[in-house]
Amino acid sequence: MTMKVSSRQVDGVTIVDCSGRITLGEGSVILRDTVRDILAKGNKKIVLNLQNVNYIDSSGIGELVSAFTTTKNQGGELKLLNLTKKVNDLLQITKLYTVFDVKDDEAAAVKSFK
Amino acid sequence: MAMTEQRVSYTLDSSLETIDNAEEKATIIANELGFPEDEVMQISMAVREGAVNAVLHGNAYSPDKKVNLAFERIGDDLIITIRDQGSGMDLSKIPNPLAPENLLKTSGRGIFLMRSFMDVVEIRPSSTGTELKLIKHVHGSSAGGKEASQ
Repeated sequence: MTMKVSSRQVDGVTIVDCSGRITLGEGSVILRDTVRDILAKGNKKIVLNLQNVNYIDSSGIGELVSAFTTTKNQGGELKLLNLTKKVNDLLQITKLYTVFDVKDDEAAAVKSFK
Repeated sequence: MAMTEQRVSYTLDSSLETIDNAEEKATIIANELGFPEDEVMQISMAVREGAVNAVLHGNAYSPDKKVNLAFERIGDDLIITIRDQGSGMDLSKIPNPLAPENLLKTSGRGIFLMRSFMDVVEIRPSSTGTELKLIKHVHGSSAGGKEASQ
């Protein structure tokens, strides 16, 4: 299953609903382009909703890191929402769970932006 | 791979399709061998990462170079071998992705993930390519994986 994304605005925060696989190739490119487009429009509060992301490889992990640092470097914040167990486990063993701000409730994620 | 067979191998192009193909084959074979669901995922992901290394870093997408993928059942072990035809991986340049200075790097986690998920990971580089051997004990415990993740 290829990756699909759709974006929506909630109280000034851009929520990106992702589904499918974030892997080397199309999945990583879609995520990269999506975050770049959001930032280019001046939206700097981003939540990646990964509830329906069932698979991610090392390239996909790298893409999440890239999205995080790109957003931060532009004065914004990117948070992760609703990790599946598989993605959660991967972020734990790669120690990236401590880097990302991970939320499990959308309303709380939106409110957490300053 | 039928359960009665002991070894099956494939010669694959250096393409993105090969990576997905290798992962799919690993998933099928691991399921056939009766690995639990979480270990099937670990095996398929390790094979995917090995295939990524072979296609991207080893053969650099060269249409003239092939990736050889083999699955072998020996005793209680599933042995997966991935060979590329590149110039040989430089093992001294593999960073520790858990080091604080590397945490925010966007690459360099493939081998770490393989070592986290498999019981044994052997990398043999040579001037004619790199051979990667991944071993998972069919009835193994998770302890082996933890030992190999160092």
